[in-house]
Amino acid sequence: MRVEDLVVDRGTVRAVDGVSFTVPEGAITALLGPNGAGKTSTVEHLEGYLPRSGGTVSVLGLDPTGRRSELASRVGLMLQNGGIPTAIRPAELLSQYSSFFAHPMEPARLLDLVGLSERSRTPYRRLSGGEQQRLSLALALVGRPELLFLDEPTAGVDLEGRDLIRTLISELRSEGTTVLLTTHDLAEAEQLADRVLIMDHGRLLASGSPSELVAGFSGSDLRFRAAPGLDTAELARLASCTVSEVSPGQYVVDGSPTPEMVARVANWLAERGEQLSDLRADGGTLEDVFRTLTASARTDGRNGREDRP
Amino acid sequence: MKALWGQFRTELALSARQGEQLLVSLGVPLLILVFFSTVDVLPTDVEDPVDYLAPAVLALAVMSTAMVSLGIGTGFERTYGVLKRLGGSPLGRGRWIAAKVLLVLVTEVIQWMVLISAALALGWSWPAAGWAAAIGAAVLGTAAFAGIGLALAGNLPGVVTLALANALYLVLLLTGGMVVPLDELPDWLATIARLGPAAPLTEIITGSLSAGDAVPAWAWPTLAVWAVLAPVVAITTFRWEE
Repeated sequence: MRVEDLVVDRGTVRAVDGVSFTVPEGAITALLGPNGAGKTSTVEHLEGYLPRSGGTVSVLGLDPTGRRSELASRVGLMLQNGGIPTAIRPAELLSQYSSFFAHPMEPARLLDLVGLSERSRTPYRRLSGGEQQRLSLALALVGRPELLFLDEPTAGVDLEGRDLIRTLISELRSEGTTVLLTTHDLAEAEQLADRVLIMDHGRLLASGSPSELVAGFSGSDLRFRAAPGLDTAELARLASCTVSEVSPGQYVVDGSPTPEMVARVANWLAERGEQLSDLRADGGTLEDVFRTLTASARTDGRNGREDRP
Repeated sequence: MKALWGQFRTELALSARQGEQLLVSLGVPLLILVFFSTVDVLPTDVEDPVDYLAPAVLALAVMSTAMVSLGIGTGFERTYGVLKRLGGSPLGRGRWIAAKVLLVLVTEVIQWMVLISAALALGWSWPAAGWAAAIGAAVLGTAAFAGIGLALAGNLPGVVTLALANALYLVLLLTGGMVVPLDELPDWLATIARLGPAAPLTEIITGSLSAGDAVPAWAWPTLAVWAVLAPVVAITTFRWEE
């Protein structure tokens, strides 16, 4: 899948503003971003739901605009809000959708796969949030898709269900399925994805494997808590870098948190008889990358964001 | 064919499970038929009220299923994103529409069988002629009312469609000659009613199935216009997502 300079407008709001990326085959790609970043708009264009205002897009070698019926038999979808009738029973739903495909998966096997065999006759509205999401995932798999779009697959799912869904997604990859999922859960992206695309305000901020992204940002600062009102200027001279008290008693030392730097800070505090707590070397997780990127995108103060409920 | 059958079977199962749908499509026409046949309070000019009511409730059944059940059902499917999800599957619009048409026709056939049986039990005498015209009018009426129901469903939120379809149902029930003969309405109201889709449908079915009755000349053209106009409006304005 290949996306170049994609622009998607939703009414008067530019939801996606010139995004380019590729999704490698047989791998899991996570589209990560806060609510309103443009993730769903991007995916809904690729799924053929939303028209684009600019750019070129190729999904399984086809343009999603106008080739939707051809793509529908090769692509699996999990929409953000299910789109499943409230009175339908899981077995019924899967057998309905399986009739749309030439070589569908057996509904009973699918129910087993997502752990819903016992609930096969329970109306959708009486399933828990997690069970509803699992059914929605099963629905995405009915047609044995080559490509899977999962929009917030674990939103509103309990811990156990989340693990089940993540394990299932990993298994699909090992069978050769290409997966594009959106999430605002950083741990999920870090744990699942081979490739992460970070988006905010309709723009792509960064992309790469989780380890590449983290490596590019690691060791950005050192944080600690101590008594408020310490002489940060003196510590800054000593450590030869900027030190600031970001909130009363919370200090940030800008610069690589090497063992030497940690020792200098600790010594300085010891000499003054100050207590040191909550010492952290920040910048080692995808979360830090994400926070840094989305925070700087926000201070750019560009166009308004689209807030989806 | 497999996809159409799969879709139709699910639609049928879901609609049979919806109690309020069943109430509108069978309960209300049956209640009107039985109650007003037994309690002779309607200002009909026939000897036995069932002779007037039997064909009239057949028209009512068409309106309930094609406009109310179809409209409300589709409206909520749109609101819940069911149509959006189906749109991302290989089912396709053509087969989706075909499944809906089948659902409406099958429901109407069941309704007519139940209502005709009840009417015969209440003393209605089986009309020897006029069925072809009655069925023809039912088909046109189905197109007209389905068009109205889908025009509502495709443009308004599910709950609004629910309210409007039910309100329209009540108004047309009272002014469409289904319980009160058109002649009994004040002239201005009867004139307006004749321009609607319900009155011509009732007039044709009643006129065809009642001995010595005739179908007024205005009925067929009016119904035909509705049968074309309403579906065209529905098709051109329908939005699949809310």
